[in-house]
Amino acid sequence: MTLDLARWQFAIVTVFHFFFVPMTIGLAFLVAVMQTLALVRKDETWDRLSRFFGRIFLISLAVGVVTGIVLEFEFGLNWSAFSIFVGNIFGAPLAIEGLLAFFLESTFIGLWIFGRERLSPRVHLATIWLVSIGTILSAFFILAANAWMQHPVGYAVEGGQAVLTDFWALLANSTLWVSFLHTVLGALATGGALALGISIWRAHRAAADGVERAAFRRATAFAAALVLVTVVLTAIVGDFQARLMDVQEPMKMAAAEALYNTQNGASFSLLTIGNLSGQPIFQIRVPHLLSLIADLSWNGQVIGINQMQATEAARYGAGNYAPVLWLTYWSFRTMVGAGILMIAVSAWGVWLWWRKQLAASRWFRRAALAGIGLPIIANASGWIFTEAGRQPWIVYGLMQTAKGVSTVGAGDVALTTAAFVAVYTILGVLAVVLVLRAARHPFDEIGEPGDDAEPTPAPGLVY
Amino acid sequence: MVSPLVSRDDTDRRLCMNAVGPVWDGNEVWLLVAGGATFAAFPLWYGLLFQGAYLALFLVVFALIARGVSFEFRGKFDDPRWRRVWDVANFAGSLVAALIWGVAFTNFVHGLPLSAAGYTGGLIGLLNPLALVGGLAALAVFAFHGSVFLSLKTSGGLMQRAQRVARVAGGAAVILLAATVAWVAAAGRPWHTLAGALPGTIPLALGALAVAALVIAALLVIRGRDGLAFAGTGAAILLTMGAVFASMYPAVIPASNGAALALTVGAAASHPYTLEVMTVVAGIFTPLVLLYQGWTYWVFRRRLQRPAAVATAAPGASGG
Repeated sequence: MTLDLARWQFAIVTVFHFFFVPMTIGLAFLVAVMQTLALVRKDETWDRLSRFFGRIFLISLAVGVVTGIVLEFEFGLNWSAFSIFVGNIFGAPLAIEGLLAFFLESTFIGLWIFGRERLSPRVHLATIWLVSIGTILSAFFILAANAWMQHPVGYAVEGGQAVLTDFWALLANSTLWVSFLHTVLGALATGGALALGISIWRAHRAAADGVERAAFRRATAFAAALVLVTVVLTAIVGDFQARLMDVQEPMKMAAAEALYNTQNGASFSLLTIGNLSGQPIFQIRVPHLLSLIADLSWNGQVIGINQMQATEAARYGAGNYAPVLWLTYWSFRTMVGAGILMIAVSAWGVWLWWRKQLAASRWFRRAALAGIGLPIIANASGWIFTEAGRQPWIVYGLMQTAKGVSTVGAGDVALTTAAFVAVYTILGVLAVVLVLRAARHPFDEIGEPGDDAEPTPAPGLVY
Repeated sequence: MVSPLVSRDDTDRRLCMNAVGPVWDGNEVWLLVAGGATFAAFPLWYGLLFQGAYLALFLVVFALIARGVSFEFRGKFDDPRWRRVWDVANFAGSLVAALIWGVAFTNFVHGLPLSAAGYTGGLIGLLNPLALVGGLAALAVFAFHGSVFLSLKTSGGLMQRAQRVARVAGGAAVILLAATVAWVAAAGRPWHTLAGALPGTIPLALGALAVAALVIAALLVIRGRDGLAFAGTGAAILLTMGAVFASMYPAVIPASNGAALALTVGAAASHPYTLEVMTVVAGIFTPLVLLYQGWTYWVFRRRLQRPAAVATAAPGASGG
């Protein structure tokens, strides 16, 4: 009971945290690029756009920071056996993340917010770039810890603890590099999709032929191009990732398709109605696609769940080594499907811009607004697939999730989980309300004296 | 924490927030890095500590959420009730975090009833009379530290009120910290027989120095020397933490029910290789962090002022 509740709690606090993290990484980069364009071209439109999206970025950052603190406590609170087992290795990237990345981010965000009037434009621009670099470095070290759980390297097990033997192996882990690129590119797309939806909506609402409409048209084209490039790259990296996963975690790959028996030239099912146990009622299948994804060959072999179960049972002893298949099957399809839709929407936007018809299409406007949600869905389902697909392991091949949990009462975990649900519901509603409000902020007031919502000290509160 | 005590109106409260606004985020990260470093360097300590003090640490987590969000969200709506909510959240969050900080460390330094599975006494077991005095001492010391910082960073009526609060908080801090130190010393340390334990006079001396630093800081406040007083309260906090760890050493979770049950620093520590890596990384990057955080304090070194009566004329007129 404690185990189930602890898993639910971790799932809730992580998925909630990860609504905001990619948004923050993406928007920090987007704002930094806009502010650079403003400075280099001495362009007031880019300057206002960077301030406009900067305010949305700060809301996302605030929620991301406080929910991130929670995660660092979670490991010790609910997963203390896991923490003791992996602390030697897992703790190092976490501490380094704080030291290298989070300090950078948090210190310079203070300077960026409060220093607009006190720093030269170049130094002020440097602060937002340092924030952006901080968010990306942060992702790198957190993923270093996570990649080690998927594919442990550079370690030895001594006296019931995993100890680090090679720090560089930890940082050179192939799993880390592909998931880092996949995650960060996906994050840039997340920020881009939000900017795309908001921009086209603002351009539509603005007075015809005004400064505001021109500005948000420009932002729309910029965001559509950013999303198109980053999502295509995310998909390419994702393909590399799948091939690595086929070698490192074959059970997860088989679980992505619910492929029971080893096949050559395995097909990929787009959807299944009925059950996944091998006798579906209705399926749409694409021949050879799974082999292509997993092995980049037409007739490549993909190992089935039954074969993996037999292999792992022989190696680790009797037990069930398959994850929950409906969850891995559908989360994988949700992620890939959302990605494909994002490519479609952003390619449509770039094409309309090329034809100078961005304004004309009502349907594109609706698609772009709905498209804000696509990367958010893809991010969440991708992580659910990755983490659920590793089960029953918490550290692949070394420790099972059931062994990692704390010895605390189920009542305590239930209580804290309920408290998190309550607090996070409030936080989520507040964040959405504040983002909507920031998205409506009058464009001509941005950066003018008397703009009380400007993220600089209130007027008159001078140092 | 002291903001509601010194503020007469909304502008005062906003000034209080803005006094720490540019630096609070960076400061909070020190806490995170400390958590991460404990995880890496003393996995067993991190694991046993967190599951042992389960509900207390969850209270800290929620307090930190309330505090962190309030800094960022307060100014987002121009509505008195909205801001009122975040002022309360900030106050309560800071209060709870400070109180539990004191309760936790007083319990450590006094020793906890430990079993093989670590501490299992629950939240109620942590709230013994001695720990509550320690918690109040932490509240008073942090309130003192905060009000001195405010009087250093503000001007006019707000500064005067901050100084008044500092005098009261300073007196309370001296009495409560002295009481905690005396009570802990009187209770004794069952783990002093462990190899490497320091003689009891060293932590006692550090504790006494911390109280002395508070007395000096309080006297400096009365004489209006805010800068030196802030250094004094800072020194008192560092000395107190020094006393806590000197008293516990070589245990990191001392047992009140027998020396052998304590979790010692050697048993809790990470593998030497991890510690080497961490030391190298920390050795390179900590000075860098200190450097750029120091620069932040320098950039925002001036005192905050209330807006001039005519708001439009303010930006240029009151630049000092």
